[in-house]
Amino acid sequence: MPENDLPTVVEADARPMNMIEAINDALDIMMTRDPNVVILGEDVGYFGGVFRATAGLQKKHGRNRVFDSPINECGIIGAAVGMAAYGLRPVPEIQFADYIYPGLDQLVSEAARMRYRSAGEFTSSITIRSPFGGGIFGGQTHSQSPEAMFTHVAGLKTVIPATPHDAKGLLIAAIEDNDPVIFFEPKRIYNGPFDGYYDKPSRTWKGQPGGLVPQGYYCTPLGKARIVREGSAMTVLAYGTMIHVAEAVLAEKGVDAEIIDLRTLVPLDIETVEKSVEKTGRCLVIHEATRTSGFGAELSALVQERCFYHLEAPVERVTGFDTPYPHSLEWAYFPGPVRIGEAVDRLLKD
Amino acid sequence: MAEPTAAADGSGGARRANLAPLELHVPEPRYRPGDVVDYSHLEIPPAGRAPRPDETCPASETWPLTLDMIRVLDEDNRAIGPWNPALDAETLRRMLRSMALTRAFDDRMYRGQRQGKTSFYMKCTGEEAISVGCAQALASDDMVFPSYRQQGILISRGYPLVQMVNQIYSNRADPLKGRQLPIMYSARDYGFFSISGNLATQFPQAVGWAMASAIKGDTRIATSFVGEGSSAEGDFHAAMTFAAVYNAPVVLNVVNNQWAISSFSGFAGAERTTFAARATGYGIAGLRVDGNDLLAVYAAMRWAADRARANMGPTLIEYFTYRAEGHSTSDDPNAYRSAREATEWPLGDPITRLKNHLIQLGEWSEERHAAMDLEVADQVKVATKEAEANGILGHGLHHPFHTMFEDVFEELPWHLEEQAAQAIRERQTKWPEWKD
Repeated sequence: MPENDLPTVVEADARPMNMIEAINDALDIMMTRDPNVVILGEDVGYFGGVFRATAGLQKKHGRNRVFDSPINECGIIGAAVGMAAYGLRPVPEIQFADYIYPGLDQLVSEAARMRYRSAGEFTSSITIRSPFGGGIFGGQTHSQSPEAMFTHVAGLKTVIPATPHDAKGLLIAAIEDNDPVIFFEPKRIYNGPFDGYYDKPSRTWKGQPGGLVPQGYYCTPLGKARIVREGSAMTVLAYGTMIHVAEAVLAEKGVDAEIIDLRTLVPLDIETVEKSVEKTGRCLVIHEATRTSGFGAELSALVQERCFYHLEAPVERVTGFDTPYPHSLEWAYFPGPVRIGEAVDRLLKD
Repeated sequence: MAEPTAAADGSGGARRANLAPLELHVPEPRYRPGDVVDYSHLEIPPAGRAPRPDETCPASETWPLTLDMIRVLDEDNRAIGPWNPALDAETLRRMLRSMALTRAFDDRMYRGQRQGKTSFYMKCTGEEAISVGCAQALASDDMVFPSYRQQGILISRGYPLVQMVNQIYSNRADPLKGRQLPIMYSARDYGFFSISGNLATQFPQAVGWAMASAIKGDTRIATSFVGEGSSAEGDFHAAMTFAAVYNAPVVLNVVNNQWAISSFSGFAGAERTTFAARATGYGIAGLRVDGNDLLAVYAAMRWAADRARANMGPTLIEYFTYRAEGHSTSDDPNAYRSAREATEWPLGDPITRLKNHLIQLGEWSEERHAAMDLEVADQVKVATKEAEANGILGHGLHHPFHTMFEDVFEELPWHLEEQAAQAIRERQTKWPEWKD
């Protein structure tokens, strides 16, 4: 990932966008720059997607490049593998991450292995966009966070933005990447950052850090974490929605935490993680996904293996519970301020 | 809601005494080891009878053909009827040779596996006409998404035999760097997609490739092959739906060789209807073909390829054939089916049938055929010897160690760098003299 030849972004040209607008902008830019970029998925064409991420793109770029698909995720991803073998750069949308499982064989056994098994003769330059996570009363089939199972697959990259700014830059980088990328969009923060207090009025991205999105083309490189806030009391490792919840809780508790937005789970920016934990000596891992074998387990193991002699306390994990995401008790499942607050207290106890 | 009460043994619950108990039908093949085989129940229509609609006809005109069987070579070895492609003798002899070469290659590789030169092999004995006929009917740059039994396409397209053997031996010259199970070839320059061990995944991929070709206004079409067994996969339905919805320029082929390892075609639904008949439900063209009749295979694929190229959409073709040998080197067919099936197969052997046709035309002889068999066997032997100089499986002559970690991603991430270093340390511990 060459960082030095990235185009310079003129922040003065930036304008406020929500995450959907930023994603739409990234798709539009990439379709304009590269005639091989095509978009397919359920309801993505004329209607512009159930979350409006592809709004206007069919009209602008034509039905041959942005089109609805049958309700068949195996077919969507399988066709994308064939399109990539031809030389296109398909950007399929899976309407909800919860719907991705029928396409899993095409993703895990085909797209992820194509470069390896054909010794580079065929590649799968595919970016699969999919909204994930809860907090919108989606029930158990519209709220899942299945990122860990994709990080377990050799050959897949997993990317999760936490701001409109990053959503645009990371999506452009993902589309340009020559390997298959799972791009999970935290749908709870499509319209504004969420601090975990579901009973307070929701905010928009307007005026929020990360809500200012530069115009035109820019890349946010894959595999580079973002230090959201520097601090010395503990390192918080998170991504997506949980970045904003962590920020709010730690600010409220007055803890000088270093918060790291991982942005890419594979490849992971281990250097930034190690440097931070070595400095703070304490580490809190947060994700919304279920706990057992979640990506937090991997993070916790890595920190233990690589930073053990710098640790002042056991690594803490705050996660969703090991249940399906319940509809009525959504906020009991969600790893909100109370659960995070408890873990912060445990970490700082001695 | 009441607690469920029905016991698994059927003793409890609310079974109504006045109704017959429901019965589960578990398909069972007609013949098992030792059985006398009688194929008189099979409907084999006479050659030349099936009508040939125009390539641009509405799909529905083909649907009677999905329950019929396109056959060109008759009992007297003549080519007859509207599907007779009237190929010249030189072309026929070339295709005969490709079939013979495929069979000779299979025989030698099978022996090579038995001699411990590799781990695995799969023959296509009895099915050579399908690959060779299709390869001839396609343009050389049409894209093939094969299953594991289309080696005849690679051979027909002139892919070097020595490369096939290098792949099978996973040696230091293996173009796939020793990563794939033997026979899972990939040959981009020959329009031959990387073979997957996961069944039927290539079907929707072929449709996607065809869609891409149409998006780009290209003229190349795609084709894909599955066995009748794996036509049961969801990928088959995905491919058929996408092909129909986007009118994709693709030819989807089901090689019905009657057996999926030990499961007969009844477990893919053959007791109910033909595999070609699935085309009807999707509203696309369908053809059912005598898969051991090279002329019929060629004519059907040519029809479907021309149709796809004319923007008339996809075709599903079923080739009715018989897997004359085991699924692979890992199973013994005598353990689950009657050995007489292969010898009694009513559609005969594809090589013998084309040979007899050429002899009937006065364009071939038993002597020339015997000489050709010796030539192709020698050709395979030369390629095998050349490949063996590059190593056989498990004898140390493989690709450099570090290549194991390459191509997982375009660039090597830190965690794979660390794991590669670990692997090399392990190697040096076990063999201190080891270099690469």
